[in-house]
Amino acid sequence: MSANIYKFELHMRLRSVVIWSLAVAAVSLIYLSLYPSLAQEAKLMDEAITRFPPEFLEAFGMSNLNLATVLGFYNFVFLFVQVLLAIQASTYGFGLVSVDEAEFTADFLLTRPVTRARILTSKLLAAFTALTITNLAVWISSLLALSLFDAGLGYDRHTVFLLLGGIAIFQLFFLTVGLLISLLVKRVRSVTPYAMGLAFGMYLLSVFSGVAEDVKLEFITPFKHFDPASIIQNGAYDIPLVMISIAVILISLTGGYWRYLHRDIPAVA
Amino acid sequence: MNVIETSKLTKYYGKARGIIDISFQVEEGEVFGFIGPNGAGKSTSIRLLLSLIYPTGGSAKIFGKDVIKEGPEIRQDIGYLPSEIFYYERMKVIDLLKYSASFYKKDTTERMHELAEYMELDLNRRIEDLSYGNKKKVGIVQGLLHSPRLLLLDEPTLGLDPLMQRKFFSLIRQENARGVTVFFSSHILSEVQRLCSRVGIIKEGRIIEISDIRTLQQNNYKRIEVTVRDLPPDYFALPGVTNLEATNGGVRFFFKGDIDGIVARISALDLIDVTIEEPTLEEIFMHYYE
Repeated sequence: MSANIYKFELHMRLRSVVIWSLAVAAVSLIYLSLYPSLAQEAKLMDEAITRFPPEFLEAFGMSNLNLATVLGFYNFVFLFVQVLLAIQASTYGFGLVSVDEAEFTADFLLTRPVTRARILTSKLLAAFTALTITNLAVWISSLLALSLFDAGLGYDRHTVFLLLGGIAIFQLFFLTVGLLISLLVKRVRSVTPYAMGLAFGMYLLSVFSGVAEDVKLEFITPFKHFDPASIIQNGAYDIPLVMISIAVILISLTGGYWRYLHRDIPAVA
Repeated sequence: MNVIETSKLTKYYGKARGIIDISFQVEEGEVFGFIGPNGAGKSTSIRLLLSLIYPTGGSAKIFGKDVIKEGPEIRQDIGYLPSEIFYYERMKVIDLLKYSASFYKKDTTERMHELAEYMELDLNRRIEDLSYGNKKKVGIVQGLLHSPRLLLLDEPTLGLDPLMQRKFFSLIRQENARGVTVFFSSHILSEVQRLCSRVGIIKEGRIIEISDIRTLQQNNYKRIEVTVRDLPPDYFALPGVTNLEATNGGVRFFFKGDIDGIVARISALDLIDVTIEEPTLEEIFMHYYE
């Protein structure tokens, strides 16, 4: 790792990190602040929900939505936060080296006296630090909102820690897969469509695996590996699924380093 | 000692030609010019030396070390000025230069201010607000601030006004006088002529000639122009005469061959004026590309 590259890359992301962190924190806080007023009508709401088609509920992660507890309610916003985190991490992943190449600053960086491996490591660590800042924002806002708005009903802290504890791996999945794809395609001209594609693509896969009960699809999407509904229901991770996430991260990292180290940096003209 | 040494260096981009079998040496303290038109492979060669791209075949050494295996170590002593300058647009010039300096072992603060002052570069402006020529200046300061032993300049004067070009050349001469080796690519021959001691001429990815600038000029052609009262037709239709054209009251041509013979033939005329001179590099160069 090179401290100067790490600092520089982190600095470049500072503004983006602040905005993402505020966004995820605001979403959790505002959404959960509605719970106390809903809790009184919980029975009625739960009854109403059972009238929806089960496929619909499955698709939107609402099959386990149980308004009688604050965690049942939190489940839904956590899924939304996951989508935001996926977009953020994918954006960083796709942009990690492609932004340098699109803006031709790669020439500058790669003609300094450092190895490419060190450059990539520094960039990855800087991006992961940035994601961790957002991760912390989710932790703080969630714990704060849950304790403020649990309507005096209390909740299982262990389950909340499980949900929040999975975020780091969830983020790394999108960061590293984004990086690998950006190094496999010829040139990433704009990061946003790729990042949106990856994040929503993975989300939709988990949705459709719920609808179609096609077991195979849930193997590849971290939205299933860290499915909040199942974590809340079981009070535990589905370890084999989590291992898939970790395996994908390791494969993407290996592939990413290999491609980056053997890459021809495109010239301006 | 050879500072740069390439051996059959070859690069294909897929099927597209980059360079083919390029072999040359640049000695320590030399100013080596690398000339050829756009697309001949000049930038490809420089990018290979910096291991921004990897060769399809052959190898290259700088300071006697392999450019791929020992690239980071080599680059500690290389200053690179790319033909097109792109930097982190939102940064201030000073911050970019400090970032660049942070990669090198030496303390470069003093040299940075010295260079910026000399190139009349305002350090406190944002890079995105700079004109093309001013960005080029950032590139020059960035390339020189760590006092490298080898300078790789890719079309360095593009976008600099004539005054700045002169300052830049004098800067490069100063560096060279301190023993810095310079590798200089260009398609503008007059600037190569001003600066370089040796040139390599590259055409369609291959080196077609490497020689001393002097020998290149001397060995080959003389440019002769005569003004004469009465010129018999086809008087200069001789072996060794090329590019013959009529001028106002005379002829102009290139000559290669027995100088005594041609002078005797000229003096037989009723002369008003005669000039015999070295052709410019430009003219020699055109010859290679005919």
